[in-house]
Amino acid sequence: MDRVRDLASTRAAVIFTKSSCCMCHSIKTLFYELGASPAIHELDRDASGREMEWALRGLGCNPSVPAVFIGGKYVGSAKDVLSLHLDGSLKQMLIDAKAIWF
Amino acid sequence: MGTRTVNVSGQNDNSTLTEMPSFVPSIPTSNPMGTEGNSIRSRISDFGTLEQSLGFRIEDAVDLSRNPVFNQLKSSSQAIGTDVQFGTLNKKESQSNPVTMLGSHRENWGETNVADGSPRTDTSTDDTDDKNQRSERGQSTAVMASDSSDKSKEKSGDQKTLRRLAQNREAARKSRLRKKAYVQQLESSRLKLTQLEQELQRARQQGIFISSSGDQSHSMSGNGALAFDVEYARWLEEHNRQINELRAALNSHAGDTELRTIVDNVIAHFNDIFRLKGVAAKADVFHILSGMWKTPAERCFMWIGGFRSSELLKLLVNQLEPLTEQQLMGVYNLQQSSQQAEDALSQGMEALQQSLAETLANGTPGSSGSSGNVANYMGQMAMAMGKLGTLEGFLRQADNLRQQTLEQMHRVLTTRQSARALLAINDYFSRLRALSSLWLARPRE
Repeated sequence: MDRVRDLASTRAAVIFTKSSCCMCHSIKTLFYELGASPAIHELDRDASGREMEWALRGLGCNPSVPAVFIGGKYVGSAKDVLSLHLDGSLKQMLIDAKAIWF
Repeated sequence: MGTRTVNVSGQNDNSTLTEMPSFVPSIPTSNPMGTEGNSIRSRISDFGTLEQSLGFRIEDAVDLSRNPVFNQLKSSSQAIGTDVQFGTLNKKESQSNPVTMLGSHRENWGETNVADGSPRTDTSTDDTDDKNQRSERGQSTAVMASDSSDKSKEKSGDQKTLRRLAQNREAARKSRLRKKAYVQQLESSRLKLTQLEQELQRARQQGIFISSSGDQSHSMSGNGALAFDVEYARWLEEHNRQINELRAALNSHAGDTELRTIVDNVIAHFNDIFRLKGVAAKADVFHILSGMWKTPAERCFMWIGGFRSSELLKLLVNQLEPLTEQQLMGVYNLQQSSQQAEDALSQGMEALQQSLAETLANGTPGSSGSSGNVANYMGQMAMAMGKLGTLEGFLRQADNLRQQTLEQMHRVLTTRQSARALLAINDYFSRLRALSSLWLARPRE
């Protein structure tokens, strides 16, 4: 969990993924489209990947990836992110965290 | 197969004993035997338990003590069993008319009906070759039998009797063979029935809508293709009904509260179909993705198992005027957001397809040994299976997008505008469906 927290605070937008996960690809695409440059951490390429996955599940992320953090705070999984995007909240969060400017 | 015992014991006609006792001739008989018949009936209930083989002791089953021929035969050989009854039947037959029934039995068995109408000895053998011969013999022996009761049974009686015994043995043997064939037939039919039942069970599980006697009104057990199609049809019917209600309310200038209730109902009803799709996707994601549950024109414009929200919003903007500045912004932003979300999901789907293609294309032809290839193949398949599993996730997100778009739209607009929006959406899809019908019915050269 610590490692997750540490990594999540390194940048305004952080996404935990797996290299094989295509939904993660979708969320990444969305962030790039919005102009954010999220930090991507692939759990299957990390030594403590399994622990991190377990920690993410503990946060309520199901499936465990993609897991999105904005401004160091846990935002949610793909479903949450898309819903937030639809009502405009996602953009606002990114602006607030200074991940994007407009 | 309780019929065997039951029916045989139900017999009150001796003649059917000559048929395979396992057969079920439940033909009502007028009892021609009189008192004799009564004793036969009581005996026949015993007989029922002996139906396993034809080699029963006739005297156990049929009381033939009165028949002189029987007594003679009885003394000559105890082991003849069925043969004996044939002999005695002669006598019976001459007294009564069970022959027709016999004839009909024989027809059941595909036997040629010895149609000379006279009582015959070998009631169950009907080799066409021997037919006439036997009937002749039968006739003569019948005459003999009846005569023998009058005259002495020596001399010619012996000869004929021996011949008759041989014929009866033959008859019994053929009867046994037929019984065996019948039993085999029954067994294979039973097997087939079990297989069909299993198939039916499997099909039911798959959700193929097999109307049983149960009520179908609450069968929300819809998983699987056909069951979903049925549920969707039902949903559409209800949706149209609600839309009509909404239209009526709008036209009659109903109050906002009433309108809001109806609008909320419509949107809640939309949530129903998304939920149903989710359930059906668990069972058969490809059916939902294929769009075969939609009409052709709808299918053409489908996106990941449903409509494209951004397109819908584009249609609405013109129809919803006048919109306030804020509302216009809201709708525009919603349209743009849903477009971006759709693009993101589309790209994910493309990545999935590419990844799947790479997985399946990775075959090293004949590099390692055969076992290596098999392991390789199985590994490939396992990976591909995993990837296919993610399709359901994409469908779920797509449906979620559609659901959220509708709800967000409802939030941005006023009640009345939402009502008009829902009507406009319905009009659009109705026209698409009508277009499909017209297209399918178009005259072709």
